[in-house]
Amino acid sequence: MLIVNIKRIIKTGFINFFRNSTVSISAIFVMMTTLSVVIFLLLSNVLFNSAIEQIKNKIDINVYIKTSVSPDEILILKDSLELLPQVEDIEYISREQVLVNFRERHRDDNLTLQALDELEENPLGAVLNIKAKEINQYEGIADFLESETALSIESEKIIEKVNYHNNKIAIDKLYKITNAVESFGFSTTIILIIITILITFNTIRLTIFISRKEIKVMKLVGANNNFIRGSFVFEGIIYGVISATIASIIFYPILFWINPFIENMFFLDLLAYYSSHFFQILFITLFMGMSLGIISSLLAVRTYLKK
Amino acid sequence: MIYFDKVTKIYQDGMKVIDDVSLSIEPEEFISIVGHSGAGKTTLLKMLLAEESPSDGFIFFESQDINKIKENKIYKHRQKIGVVFQDFRLLSNRTVYENIAFAMEAAGKTNDEIISDVPYVLKLVGLEGKTQNFPQELSGGEQQRVAIARAIVNQPDVLIADEPTGNLDPNNAKDIIDILQKVNELGTTVILTTHNKSIIENLGKKRVVTMENGKIIRDKSGGYIL
Repeated sequence: MLIVNIKRIIKTGFINFFRNSTVSISAIFVMMTTLSVVIFLLLSNVLFNSAIEQIKNKIDINVYIKTSVSPDEILILKDSLELLPQVEDIEYISREQVLVNFRERHRDDNLTLQALDELEENPLGAVLNIKAKEINQYEGIADFLESETALSIESEKIIEKVNYHNNKIAIDKLYKITNAVESFGFSTTIILIIITILITFNTIRLTIFISRKEIKVMKLVGANNNFIRGSFVFEGIIYGVISATIASIIFYPILFWINPFIENMFFLDLLAYYSSHFFQILFITLFMGMSLGIISSLLAVRTYLKK
Repeated sequence: MIYFDKVTKIYQDGMKVIDDVSLSIEPEEFISIVGHSGAGKTTLLKMLLAEESPSDGFIFFESQDINKIKENKIYKHRQKIGVVFQDFRLLSNRTVYENIAFAMEAAGKTNDEIISDVPYVLKLVGLEGKTQNFPQELSGGEQQRVAIARAIVNQPDVLIADEPTGNLDPNNAKDIIDILQKVNELGTTVILTTHNKSIIENLGKKRVVTMENGKIIRDKSGGYIL
């Protein structure tokens, strides 16, 4: 009997959905807009994060090693630095590579190149480029580099120069900007989501308000409250599923169209990102759409089920 | 079978619509309640359906005190009573067949019962050919017949008809009353409210209760006085 009842609730939901098509279409349209806003905010977040990540990636501190230090000793220093929890990555550029880079950078400057050729020995020391996990961790790394013990071999300093302090102001400023962008983005997302949820909730309340006479008739012919409630909740689920599916699919052509601009500005292939995360996004929107449909229907129908 | 015991109903605004009414209705009886608008007929029926509770007194349905039925069991009580209204109250987005089938589905009848009973009641009310029509495609008389078919399809003990002919022309009204009488002959108690004299005249020797200002002023068989 339970299965028969569930089947009948589902059938009633479908009949309400298809026979009141104008109402259903407007409800789906509103809910689709809500879910599109959610997807849009999700993608904006991805874009922002990628932009911030790129800015962060541009920041590092360069440690210039004295020319007298052997590559093995530098690698030991590199290993000990990598043990620091703040360190994300260290790039080691050998003396030879530094020279090659220098020549490349000054290839039009014959005077400098000639002067370099005069020297019998490579005057340039190796470089370690250190990236921290977070922007605010550079200070800690710089402090470590300046402490005597870490940087000396046989009580002789091996570091020529650390360029952190030159960059400190720029790094601090970037840290503040990225922080502000992140918290602003988060609060805007929350506010927008709340607004759209309220609009959807009211739309569904309106669709059920339109059916209030039918609900009364259903009660009078002896339908129990769970039966009536069930059919409206199921209708809410249909709204959610259809809206989520359309909203997720509709972003393909939109992204296809704007992807070139995004790639230019943010250096991120958002379309590829969307394709690879499509099922996660579909799942999130389905979950949101269905929950919205179920909760709004339950709350809205409650008013009309009282005695 | 149905017993109103010194029932009084006072609405929140202090209006007394039912005043110390006692009334007993026997099984398989055909009873008409007549009176002007506002005499309290509809309120009496609403209390029988547990849509309203009495301010004082008791209403028994088959020895069950209606006021003591729990909120979540009221639907079971309503399944024992079929109702027909002046304004038909059909589900507008369902066909004739679906309107009747819905009442059976809600009552938990099996699909086999639905398939066999719906055509039977439609034949009883003379609407065999209109099963796939929507209510708005039917005349008032036809819509009321669908409402009656829906009300009786679950074989209720009682059929309440609240001004069923109020929106109908005399010919259709007569047809509806004929159907109600037929339903009564098949063993269902019928409670009819009306303020239409000619209908009562046509009912012959059936019991007529006259109400005025919330009180029963006359209760007799075979006659009417409005």
